[in-house]
Amino acid sequence: MTTMTEPTRATTQVHSIYIRATPQAIWDAITTPEWTNRYGYGGYVEYDDFTPGAAFRVHASEEFLEAGAPDVIIDGEVLEVDPPRRMVQTWRMLMDPDMVKEGFTRLTYEIDSREDGSTKLTVIHELENAPRLALIVGGGMEDRGAGGGHPWVLSDLKTLLETGGRLAG
Amino acid sequence: MTDDDRVFKALADPTRRFLLDRLFVRDGRTLTELESDLEMTRFGVMKHLRLLEEAGLVVARRSGREKLHYLNPVPIRLIHDRWIDKYTERRVSALTDLKKELEA
Repeated sequence: MTTMTEPTRATTQVHSIYIRATPQAIWDAITTPEWTNRYGYGGYVEYDDFTPGAAFRVHASEEFLEAGAPDVIIDGEVLEVDPPRRMVQTWRMLMDPDMVKEGFTRLTYEIDSREDGSTKLTVIHELENAPRLALIVGGGMEDRGAGGGHPWVLSDLKTLLETGGRLAG
Repeated sequence: MTDDDRVFKALADPTRRFLLDRLFVRDGRTLTELESDLEMTRFGVMKHLRLLEEAGLVVARRSGREKLHYLNPVPIRLIHDRWIDKYTERRVSALTDLKKELEA
């Protein structure tokens, strides 16, 4: 085996999951506040419109507000959209000043039906110059109470859509 | 074969675990890069990568003329949520029960 100098970790994360649900159900679960407060970190998503340039934000859940979170915890802008198959948007977490400073990252949702009736959901998060956010959304801060990032959110979303319930705990 | 079976089968091989570890250190690698870390033919590495892709543990994406391989941690998360949590929680509560009994 050769040894080579490790460059820094790539700044793109790819998270993919198969869910027994329609593309429309998955699209709704990602883009409507009635659904987004029911899995993962919770909170109420708000898209001004599904057109390029439309603003996007996530309002903190009651639980987050009590813990001292700002009213808007994530913001961004729609870049490309093709409901219920694909959306590219910018994405910035506003939970603390360090993450605000890291600026906007780029998030892509790809929703593809499979022959067996299930749907493949892929979340591609381009995290250039956002090492702090990358750690959190990659699940690297879970033992410090920051939740399990995209893998945890997607696992919880799958459980919700397939069983109507949440993961235990 | 179920999705879980594919994940366990993929994880049951040391070369495939090695490839996952390489991608954990740095994501988005080409076949050529991954191949240079292993004393194995290109064809052999491709076969292992295909099994990892079928299990959903690796996602390949095109970037210009290159095909880049990314580690997808979600299937391992699902196994964690489905299997590990379940049994570790039971053990923790068993210990708590024991402690209660001893202290009673």
